[in-house]
Amino acid sequence: MTVMEQRGAYRPTPPPAWQPRTDPAPLLPDAAPYRVLGTEAAAQADPALLRRLYAELVRGRRYNAQATALTKQGRLAVYPSTTGQEACEVAAALVLQEQDWLFPSYRDTLAAVARGLDPVQALTLLRGDWHTGYDPREHRIAPLSTPLATQLPHAVGLAHAARLKGDDVVALALVGDGGTSEGDFHEALNFAAVWQAPVVFLVQNNGFAISVPLAKQTAAPSLAHKAVGYGMPGRLVDGNDAAAVHEVLADAVRHAREGGGPTLVEAITYRIEAHTNADDATRYRGDAEVEAWRAHDPIALLEHELTERGLIDEAGIKAARDAAETMAAELRAHMNQDPVLDPMDLFADVYAEPTPQLREQREQLAAELAAEREGTH
Amino acid sequence: MTTVALKPATMAQALTRALRDAMAEDPTVHVMGEDVGTLGGVFRVTDGLAKEFGEDRCTDTPLAEAGILGTAVGMAMYGLRPVVEMQFDAFAYPAFEQLISHVSRMRNRTRGAMPLPITIRVPYGGGIGGVEHHSDSSEAYYMATPGLHVVTPATVADAYGLLRASIASDDPVVFLEPKRLYWSKDTWNPDEPSPVEPIGRAVVRRPGRSATLITYGPSLPVCLESAEAARAEGWDLEVVDLRSLVPFDDETVCASVRRTGRALVVHESGGYGGPGGEIAARVTERCFHHLEAPVLRVAGFDIPYPPPMLERHHLPGVDRILDAVGRLQWEADN
Repeated sequence: MTVMEQRGAYRPTPPPAWQPRTDPAPLLPDAAPYRVLGTEAAAQADPALLRRLYAELVRGRRYNAQATALTKQGRLAVYPSTTGQEACEVAAALVLQEQDWLFPSYRDTLAAVARGLDPVQALTLLRGDWHTGYDPREHRIAPLSTPLATQLPHAVGLAHAARLKGDDVVALALVGDGGTSEGDFHEALNFAAVWQAPVVFLVQNNGFAISVPLAKQTAAPSLAHKAVGYGMPGRLVDGNDAAAVHEVLADAVRHAREGGGPTLVEAITYRIEAHTNADDATRYRGDAEVEAWRAHDPIALLEHELTERGLIDEAGIKAARDAAETMAAELRAHMNQDPVLDPMDLFADVYAEPTPQLREQREQLAAELAAEREGTH
Repeated sequence: MTTVALKPATMAQALTRALRDAMAEDPTVHVMGEDVGTLGGVFRVTDGLAKEFGEDRCTDTPLAEAGILGTAVGMAMYGLRPVVEMQFDAFAYPAFEQLISHVSRMRNRTRGAMPLPITIRVPYGGGIGGVEHHSDSSEAYYMATPGLHVVTPATVADAYGLLRASIASDDPVVFLEPKRLYWSKDTWNPDEPSPVEPIGRAVVRRPGRSATLITYGPSLPVCLESAEAARAEGWDLEVVDLRSLVPFDDETVCASVRRTGRALVVHESGGYGGPGGEIAARVTERCFHHLEAPVLRVAGFDIPYPPPMLERHHLPGVDRILDAVGRLQWEADN
């Protein structure tokens, strides 16, 4: 019987398989970025944590300045600065336990350093002596990822694997606002939510993907809103408020650790420096905008809070700055030594066992090097 | 001494058996992909694995190839051995960035600290009447990517042995399954499966003296048929099955060409920028003084894979191979 033949008896019904989801927890982010510093919530914050965050922010700012200086001296091929974004970088590192994993993008050397990685090892990619200068398993820091958002599915897979093994491991993956437009961002969030993987995504929305502003990047109300479509909570936080970023990430990590699945956190921050030393930021933004963000500086915000509440004095501030100077001096000293490179390493780790073709090429290079040494080349 | 009965088995059955044996022996082996669980894969290669090993070990993933391979990277980073299925050759293209930017170079970029033992199963090639995007031969893309092994079986026994070797490999392997051979049968002893030998060795499938046909995967049966047909014209063709495109077995190939003095490369994928160009160059560089004719290629045309009703004109067949063999003779005579 066709629909036409059952006229009168036919009643349109909803699609049979469709069921509305009625989650107890709201997935939508708050209307405004969550803040702690300068609000009543600050009174609840742990003073020891605030002091630790402060020391790391000061060290991080100095690290950014030193690394930027090293590009000008030709010691680094390139350095994507996180000046102004230190609160996100530091909170991301400090919120993790030792067994947890960090998945950084190319901009997140500071997060790796704040997690405890040797600054020189963290910079080998940008110096150009080897792509990843550390053992990712030893530090539980994935290699800095240059392709955008491609490290996010890795974080999901690792977190999923750890959960399958029954291990208490959370993965925290960092991505920028531009990276949220990539297909891998979508696929990673979708897999994470379907698998309920213990993973947290932190979007550092610093306003620009090189030169393209957020308004040309997305039409979403916020990047945190994107979480809703995947079925995970989205949180919006003031990315220059170290206490707020730490608290929101700590909640998300705890949620993941307890089996609650993934969270998408968007931190609203700003890239004070250009994209890298190769970029001219004056072509796409004005000084007034940069100055407005300088007035919302993560270090100043936290220093003000600590000072107001008597949690730090001049001596404490000086101690933090001195520690940062020591780090910078050590970094300078190490980076001013030329790395010793062995060209034969080119063939060392392409495969577990070199193919016959690579063995031939290795012999060719060895002969060329021998000729160079003997001056016959 | 007991004689074990050889039973007919299909390549698909041998692949299933290889996956099952690998999963049973090693709890870190995980199979994942679109439709691999309840359905057992669209070609039924993963049939029964989810039931036997559970959905955590044989997982139906969301439909997203970059996500499938990208999450497999993370799983491998944590010590698992993922075997991912890309349902059809052309469906694997969204995963290329993961493959090229991460899978192939993770060992290298981490100085050996983080190898990725991932097997990527890709049903490939035409000849099954598939519609657009279901018949590509994508091996040249994989071959051009350092850090990947590229393997393709052409027999039931090799389907088992090479897949076991691929899963056991500590490096990523693109395992190309010639889908038109899935249902090809061979006598094979499932109780005593073929030995697992290292990846990278070609085999002479048919000895001969007049010329060498160098081929792999879906073109092997065509070459063997051509060799039989060529007997009538007085040709005694040797047929070499590469089995592994990376690493390439120069030794077996060149030993054969030095014996026969003539070589013809046969494959389905396009000739320009295709595997045959690389193979012909290698053979020429190594065997020039043994060659009595230029190394020739019989490949698919340099066109997007044609619609199924026209594919027989595109795929290298016996006649086209015999024509080329004739040209090898002509070149030798003049």
